Amino acid sequence: MSAVAEPMGRRRFRLPFSPWHLVLVPATIVLIFPFVWLAVTSVETTGEALHFPPVLTPHVLRFANYPDALHAAPFGRFFLNSAVVAVTTVLANLVLCSLAGYAFARLRFLGRGALFAVIMATLMVPFQVTMIPQFIITKWLGIHVLAGVGIDHIGALILPNAATAFGIFFLRQFFKTLPVEYEESARVDGASRLTVLWRIVLPLSAPALATLAALTFLDSWNNFLWPLIAVTSTNQMTLPLGLATFQGAHATEWTLLMAANVMSLAPMLLIFFAAQRYFVRSVAATGLAGT
Amino acid sequence: MAAPAALLRRRGTEPAPARARGRRAGVPEQFTGWAFVTPGAAIILLFGAVPIVWSAVMSFQRNNLLSGSTPYVGLRNYRALVHDPLVIQAVAHTLVYTALFVPGTMVAGLFLAVAMNRKIRFISLYRTAAYATMAISTISEAIVFIWLFDPSYGVVNYLFSLLGIPQQQFLNNPSEALYVIVIMTIWGWTGFAVVIYLAALQGVPQALLDAAAVDGASSWTTFRRVTVPLLSPASLFLAVWLTINAMQLFDEVYLSTQGGPLNSTTVLVYYLYDQAFQNFNFGYASAIAYFLFLIILVVTAVQFRVGRRFTHYRS
Repeated sequence: MSAVAEPMGRRRFRLPFSPWHLVLVPATIVLIFPFVWLAVTSVETTGEALHFPPVLTPHVLRFANYPDALHAAPFGRFFLNSAVVAVTTVLANLVLCSLAGYAFARLRFLGRGALFAVIMATLMVPFQVTMIPQFIITKWLGIHVLAGVGIDHIGALILPNAATAFGIFFLRQFFKTLPVEYEESARVDGASRLTVLWRIVLPLSAPALATLAALTFLDSWNNFLWPLIAVTSTNQMTLPLGLATFQGAHATEWTLLMAANVMSLAPMLLIFFAAQRYFVRSVAATGLAGT
Repeated sequence: MAAPAALLRRRGTEPAPARARGRRAGVPEQFTGWAFVTPGAAIILLFGAVPIVWSAVMSFQRNNLLSGSTPYVGLRNYRALVHDPLVIQAVAHTLVYTALFVPGTMVAGLFLAVAMNRKIRFISLYRTAAYATMAISTISEAIVFIWLFDPSYGVVNYLFSLLGIPQQQFLNNPSEALYVIVIMTIWGWTGFAVVIYLAALQGVPQALLDAAAVDGASSWTTFRRVTVPLLSPASLFLAVWLTINAMQLFDEVYLSTQGGPLNSTTVLVYYLYDQAFQNFNFGYASAIAYFLFLIILVVTAVQFRVGRRFTHYRS
């Protein structure tokens, strides 16, 4: 492998193809084989799935596995719940973290430093430390305040994540990099803080908002431990929890399980491919911020 | 909350606000600031800060929901924890898992990122294949890998049979199960590591690589002596980030082995979950949670200390 330090593409025309293909093709096969095998099994008959050696190209395609899986568990409902939870969580974070992030970046108010320090401290603590009291608080809220945000309601999956310390910190850092001059001239013209935030700061912050949205969406969509604790009724489950429960009940029905799995991951995969650029840039941003 | 005292003290030390250029409006900034901050801060305080204090308090109580009262028992939960053979096993499993998963993911990510950091044909296809693992939930990932590693019908055993390797029990074998979980999670995190390393590789100045080549350095030497040091901030970030996540391993264990066989995959968070939400020993579970937090703090502190010595920051 001689091309490590070679300037990109300067000498590649001498070769019929880059030697890196010899590395990348096998690597890619390993990376996508789980997806392929998942899709293949999802349309096999039970007889061919439970056959050794494995049947790599099924002789009969049994698409009925999909309706069968939908019959056994409401994956449409799980999908809807996941979508509602993820979209609401993203919107709530964009609004609440923008407001708080802007206040921490630009406004002077009593206790700003102390409050910011407390919020930052929660960022360091792993979820496992807070999950038991969070469970108790959520249960209490459901009984005494509003059933919709209590245990066994999807509201319980939204409210605790409706604002995050990471989101506030991330947006505050971004807002601080923006030039103050635009905001000041708008203030001189009599615009309120809210108007300044909405009309001037947020339009300039589109990349940061998109990053926060993408990361929050991924987190929410894939969250498992908190839904596992907070939700028990089938009709309130999100996709990962519904899928895990389905697996618990149908552990040996591989074809149904794989059909269910395809239905669970396909929507996210499609969203991901459609917005790949955003997701990749957002994840890269966390790394660059850390370095 | 100890906020009010801190607030008052703060006021005295605050320098006279630099209210230059007439930033004065009808509504006082005090009020606006608090109005903007309150909704978000309330959620974080209620579901973040209060629980941190509360679980610390609970870790000094006997609290198992069955008993009506929650008496303080001092350090008894922590003392029990140190002598609990399952905790000791869980710590060992967590550390073994972390020690394999973190370097494994970093090496896979670095290798693929270097291979993919060039403009060749199909490159976006290769990259997309790696990125796609990021879109998969841990649950979907675990289900696919349980199937791949199925002892009776799995593809991996089929490949083994082609290579003349005897059939394995994988997740059913106490001495293999944890390693299967290592493999599935490395696969699941590869896309993340590739993204981080690819982004960092974009920042390696071509001039430095050219200079090394002019000086007669082989491409391997250039990679080791120029590229890898320049990537060290990204490596440190990945090491810390992956370690924090590895110590919190739960989803894959819950789905594939439930800590078995023979507790061979019981990691700390799984045991904590088991104590808290299967046995409802909130007091003991809170002590385990703080113990986990302590381990994470110590390990990441060591990583930062050691990492700083090997990390080169430009400018």
